[in-house]
Amino acid sequence: MGTHWLCCGGSFWSELAMDADTDSSGGPDESGRRRKVHGMLKLYYGLDEEGKISEKSQSLDPCDINGPHFDPELYLNKLRRECSLAELMDQETCMVKQIRSLDSDMQTLVYENYNKFISATDTIRKMKNDFKKMEDEMDCLSANMAAITDFSANISGTLQDQHAQITKLSAVHTLLRKLQFLFELPARLNKCLELKAYAQAVSFHRRARCVLQQYSHLPSFKGIQDDCHAIMDMLAQELRQRFRDGGTSAKDLSECVELLLQLDEPAEELCDKFLSHARSRLEADLQGLEAEIRPYPTAVKDDSARRSSAGSPTDSSPKTSSLPSPTPNTDILEFIDRGCNEFVSSLCLVIASYQELFISHAQTGELASKNIPQMANRKLHVFVDDLAAQYFSLVERRIQEEKGVSDNSLLVRALDRFHRRLQAVSKLLPSSTVPNQGTEIVIRAATERVKQYLAALQSFYMDSLTDVRQALAAPRLSVAGGTGSGGGPHLGGGATSRDAPNSLPELLSILSASILNQIKSVLASVHLFTAKDITFSNKPYFKGEFCSQGVRESLVVNFIKFVCQSSRQFCESAGDKGGSTPPALLLLLSRLCLDFETSTISYILTLTDEQFLVQHHSPVTPVTILCTEAREAAQKLLNHYVKVQGLNISQMLRKSVETRDWVNTIEPRNVRAVMKRVVEDATSIDVQVGLLYEEGVRKPHSSDSSKRTFSVYSSSRQPVRYAASYTPSAPMDTNLLSNIHKLFSERIDIFSSVEFNKVSVMTGIIKISLKTFLECVRLRTFGRYGLQQIQVDCHYLQMYLWRFVSDENLVHFLLDEIVGSCAHRCLDPSPMEQSVIEVICERG
Amino acid sequence: MYSVLWEPMGDGKRVISLADNQALLWDLQESPTKATVSSTATLEGKGQLKFTSGKWSPHHNCSQLATANDTAIRGWDLRTMSQIYCVENAHGQLVRDLDFNPNRQYYLASCGDDCKVKFWDVRNVQEPVKTLEEHSHWVWSVRYNQSHDQLVLTASSDSRLILSNMVSISSEPFGHMVDDEELSEGEDNPQEEKVKEPLKDSVVSTYEEHEDSVYAAEWSSADPWLFASLSYDGRLVINRVPRALKYRILL
Repeated sequence: MGTHWLCCGGSFWSELAMDADTDSSGGPDESGRRRKVHGMLKLYYGLDEEGKISEKSQSLDPCDINGPHFDPELYLNKLRRECSLAELMDQETCMVKQIRSLDSDMQTLVYENYNKFISATDTIRKMKNDFKKMEDEMDCLSANMAAITDFSANISGTLQDQHAQITKLSAVHTLLRKLQFLFELPARLNKCLELKAYAQAVSFHRRARCVLQQYSHLPSFKGIQDDCHAIMDMLAQELRQRFRDGGTSAKDLSECVELLLQLDEPAEELCDKFLSHARSRLEADLQGLEAEIRPYPTAVKDDSARRSSAGSPTDSSPKTSSLPSPTPNTDILEFIDRGCNEFVSSLCLVIASYQELFISHAQTGELASKNIPQMANRKLHVFVDDLAAQYFSLVERRIQEEKGVSDNSLLVRALDRFHRRLQAVSKLLPSSTVPNQGTEIVIRAATERVKQYLAALQSFYMDSLTDVRQALAAPRLSVAGGTGSGGGPHLGGGATSRDAPNSLPELLSILSASILNQIKSVLASVHLFTAKDITFSNKPYFKGEFCSQGVRESLVVNFIKFVCQSSRQFCESAGDKGGSTPPALLLLLSRLCLDFETSTISYILTLTDEQFLVQHHSPVTPVTILCTEAREAAQKLLNHYVKVQGLNISQMLRKSVETRDWVNTIEPRNVRAVMKRVVEDATSIDVQVGLLYEEGVRKPHSSDSSKRTFSVYSSSRQPVRYAASYTPSAPMDTNLLSNIHKLFSERIDIFSSVEFNKVSVMTGIIKISLKTFLECVRLRTFGRYGLQQIQVDCHYLQMYLWRFVSDENLVHFLLDEIVGSCAHRCLDPSPMEQSVIEVICERG
Repeated sequence: MYSVLWEPMGDGKRVISLADNQALLWDLQESPTKATVSSTATLEGKGQLKFTSGKWSPHHNCSQLATANDTAIRGWDLRTMSQIYCVENAHGQLVRDLDFNPNRQYYLASCGDDCKVKFWDVRNVQEPVKTLEEHSHWVWSVRYNQSHDQLVLTASSDSRLILSNMVSISSEPFGHMVDDEELSEGEDNPQEEKVKEPLKDSVVSTYEEHEDSVYAAEWSSADPWLFASLSYDGRLVINRVPRALKYRILL
């Protein structure tokens, strides 16, 4: 920073100093040179890149006192124009101060540099002296070297002759030794044969063969050659015998083959023999493996009677992790281990030795010309594919037996091992399809597993639903619901949640938590498939499709869909066949689906996406679709709930209307018990719904709705209607009134969709009930007291039901309609005094 | 006494009355002033069973009767007065009305308090052939058009009258045989083929003129395109089948 400032200051200084020159000489040449000097100065002061850049950035402003484009004239003018005298004075003092400080800095710098220059001069002087001494020593060294060169030349000249002689002698010696070897060859070969040192015999023969071939026109060599041939034929016979017997180890075998090959045996035949031999051993391994699979079904078949109880692990539910896996003999890891150790490793051994014998050897040797490597390769591939197919079918059978979803890590580890071992094959045989097939098996197993998990999740869900159902059926809840009707809704709810674990919100939270946990644990298990230390996890399938299609789509999405569908089935199956589903369950499921829509689905999917790093190559079901589905299910369930509850209440109302003789009834003294029951039920439903759903919006109403609207309802309108009905014009009048009313009130959809809040649900239920009441009343004929009884009942309902609904006018309207219809159907329509009605209702 | 049904065909000498749990077949032939009961059928079962509705089938030489009690629909053979079929739980709640398809002898329409209209093939009483769920309250009446049985009227206490076009279960086939032949002759009319595409089952129109529950709906016996409906407030509304649909059916 200091340097930078200093440098800028320096530039300013030099600029200022040169100012006069610029004015006088003014040549561009001059200023260019000055800049160059200036640049060198900067270089000397170790100005870094940054300084240059910063200088460039500020270079264009001519009024920048530190910039290279600084124009003193402009600057002065600007100052003079812009600043007051005092400011100018200040500026001047400031500038003088700066100049002075720059001056002193400059002096310090010059002084320091002077010192350094002095010390540098000293150093250079010293170096001069040292170099003189070194030069002398170098001269001496070169003289010595010349002497050494002379000596060396002398010595080599003298030794030349002897060296030539020695070379010649040694060549003769070698030749002689070769000849001797040739002559001794038959004897040696025989001896080797006796000692069974076949390898040595073959190597001797190979060494001699060419020579013998070349000089076979000489009789002596011819004899040797014939002898050798005879012996080698015997040898070959012997080897072939050994090969055919086969009982020896793989190493012996390969040695045999190697020798035979060297003796120009037909390679194809050898390949076949070698492979068939290997095959018999590998097949023995496979049979061993098969034996491990087979005992289970046969054992069950054979001793089914004996182990009828013990042989049931097949139907061991996936939840019970304590039970062993279906195969009693070995678990899958053990099985795969055995397969790997026995079959795959010996297969690898066979492949390796085969390749060494027939392919790599042949490529280097003289056999390459006969296309043997290709032929051998082909044979090998057929062989490996065939055996691998058998092995794979066994493995697949074994994997299919792996039904229990309890411990996934075992399967994953087994598959991993299986896959890892096959990599060895692929290393040996890069073009083989075996590893790919193996991967496919792994993939199939994985998808199968995912399916099993889906099934397990589904059955878990159904089980937990059954649990919930039982919990709901337990008497405690009904008691809690009953007490809720007596006290306020909050009192009842609080009591329920405290002592009974079965209250609706708790059940809901337990249910959703357990579903979530189950999903999480399943995801965790499935996640093992993509763990980093598993070899097949970096296959493209497991990176892409498995995550997106397998886990996300077919597991998670399908499960969510299943939940929605099964929930919806509750509506459909129960709808026609007399509703076996408890209404509370419907309500609970509806809330569950709604929760799914609002949070759970996106949470699960995000979780899945994060855990599996799902990259959406292929189109996947978006969250919104699932959410809509869940919402629809929730809506349907809630609608169904409303329908069922409405039906329950309306059934009561209908029975009460239908079973009574309304013409000959006595004067009403009480509110009928059924009305009290209706109100009670409505209250308990209200409590039940209130446990799970929010309150919802009501239309505003007065603080004392029941009283006020009641007075309007009864005193202003009813007396007019009934009093008027004695006169001939009355029907017109009432019709007119009710029609006018209807004109201004909206049409009421009875079985319509409800919103997700308590008030809307209650409104729906009450609408259904009252409409039923209305229709039933219209089917009956009433006597005087019948009408009055209905009046009392309606007033009672009026007093209690308004508080449940969103728009109390709805209740008023329907009740009005009921009383109106009743009056129509009345033989002697003389209504009861309003005050009497009130008294009866207050009392009841 | 719930209802009296005249013999729909023939010389009209027979009458059926439904009362509580008994169906009585009256013969008017004997004397012009006095009717005699020729046979009776009794509904038997648990509790107090009551007929709520009935319909005399115009098919099979007028030998069949369909009745409804609670949620069940029963068919009776009038010659033996014995039950021939029974649809248990035909509707979720009370069955309100029945009507026979005038042209297809096994087809029966029913409606009830579960807001649904169902169409049955009485040879298979397990499943309805079709279900309509257009109403939002009890359906009180269902009527087939006498000549074009794809037209079905339903009246409901949600104060609506709905005219539906049930093409898929009508006696009139979708396309005509003639059309097929014509098509095979002339290949240059793919557009016409599109026009002949079978009509979907659909609600033709919803009539909301009534202010209160509609309890009855009936087709005119004179003009097959005319129908009337009656509601609680005493309003009788007469309507016509929409012209477009009429031409579509006729042409």
